[in-house]
Amino acid sequence: MAEKILEVSDLQVSYLSSRKTPFEKKKRIQVLKDVSFSMEKGEILGLVGESGSGKTTLARAILGMIPYEGTITKNAQRAQMVFQDPYGSLNPARKVSWILEEPLRLKGGLSKDERKEKVIAMLSRVGLDEKFMDRYPRQLSGGQRQRVCIAGALMLEPSLLIADEPVSALDVTIQAQILELFQKIHEEMGLSILFISHDLRVVYQMCDRILIMQHGQIMESGTVEEVYFHHKSEYTGKLLDAAGIEVD
Amino acid sequence: MSDKAKNNMIRTKRVKVQSVNRSKKKNYNLIVGGSITGVILLMILIGVFYTPYDPNAMDASAKFAGISMKHLMGCDNFGRDVFSRVLEGSRTTLIVAAGTVFIGTFFGVIIGALTGYYGGVVDEVLMRINDAIFAFPSILLALVFISIFGSGKYHVIIALGIAFIPSFARIVRSEFIKCKNMDYVKSAKLQGAGDFRIMFVHILPNTLTVLLSAIMIGFNNAVLAEAGMSFLGIGVQPPDASLGRMLSEAQSYLFRAPSYALFPGVIIILMVLGFSLLGDGLKDE
Repeated sequence: MAEKILEVSDLQVSYLSSRKTPFEKKKRIQVLKDVSFSMEKGEILGLVGESGSGKTTLARAILGMIPYEGTITKNAQRAQMVFQDPYGSLNPARKVSWILEEPLRLKGGLSKDERKEKVIAMLSRVGLDEKFMDRYPRQLSGGQRQRVCIAGALMLEPSLLIADEPVSALDVTIQAQILELFQKIHEEMGLSILFISHDLRVVYQMCDRILIMQHGQIMESGTVEEVYFHHKSEYTGKLLDAAGIEVD
Repeated sequence: MSDKAKNNMIRTKRVKVQSVNRSKKKNYNLIVGGSITGVILLMILIGVFYTPYDPNAMDASAKFAGISMKHLMGCDNFGRDVFSRVLEGSRTTLIVAAGTVFIGTFFGVIIGALTGYYGGVVDEVLMRINDAIFAFPSILLALVFISIFGSGKYHVIIALGIAFIPSFARIVRSEFIKCKNMDYVKSAKLQGAGDFRIMFVHILPNTLTVLLSAIMIGFNNAVLAEAGMSFLGIGVQPPDASLGRMLSEAQSYLFRAPSYALFPGVIIILMVLGFSLLGDGLKDE
């Protein structure tokens, strides 16, 4: 059995609701309930569920951005995230070269020229050329921005990448290109990717295994084959129906 | 399609074309404001190295002299050359205004960044102090400071600077609140950036457009505040020249030597006008 890169067991995430009236008691709202799963090294794991099912919350908990109960064991250094909205995830006041150099600067130990070299190499890896170095994010299209975001996430050579609906803000032709890029870097760098999406077709194309989430719980998990053709949960069937995927 | 609907369509098209033209229009605010400010700055710069007369040299024979080639802006009650004093006075006013804005911006940015970014208790405590300072009119606050620590150019700078901090802090705070939840901040955190790096390297550059126009407005207010304080006699002290100080001296001789009051006043107006136009122009760029 392959090495585990991520193990989550009994994960609980909840937050206090804000009061509507001053004397109301703050209610605790449970977003994730008893979430347990594991992820193997080098696989693409799809996380599917409707809006509000806790997909992004799960990603944030894994990255340690929000408080949680339960255990998360990461066997990866500096897991990185690609965000849903490519317009908000690049600093509008900085050039692409600065944005991509920043992770290296923070890590330290590289000279200016070495950093620049790495940035150029990474840009070509995500399918952009050198002339994008001196551009500001506002001068890029959505697809180009998402490529820069991916490049930024890969600068520190993480072994785990979390992609939170990375293509849902893009139009269909660009979506295909970005998905191709994900597959390419997955093969080239042996990267494990937790791919969050609500689009079952995209997940079918991308992923090795799939988790189906509803109301903060994992309803079903298994390989693409199992989930799409031999699903056990009624909810999965509904999702497949809604996506217009013929199962039989 | 009915004729009316067609007409509407044509009309919308026309509107679009117009709006495109408008955006290409020259930025007159920037041009005019920049020229006025440039001329004044040039004058001040020349005044540093050369003035026609010693600004403080008195000449009893030239008392209240009118405008002539010898004295471009006439002379004051001591026979001092008004043009030379205007050059020196606008330099003082500029230094006071710039110093004030610098203090206000520097501390305002720090306070605004901390309160906006951290929120919670830090925000509550610092912003309530801020509100308390903000509640006093800036001139009044400066007056209290001056009466405790004494007058003079540098005390005026500090006093006005403190009074200017809250307005900058508020502007920066609201910008930080807007920016701190953006994805690029989260991604910087994931990459391992510390709080201070996120505040001053990642977020601060995004507040520059707003901050810059606030600085321009603040600069104008500082020019007026300095002139006001010197006019009241609690600002720059004689024999130092400042535009407000000169106005205050000139008011007694308004009818005997109108040029004495006219020119410092005009320079104050031009300074304020130039900087506000420049600020507007920069905002549009």
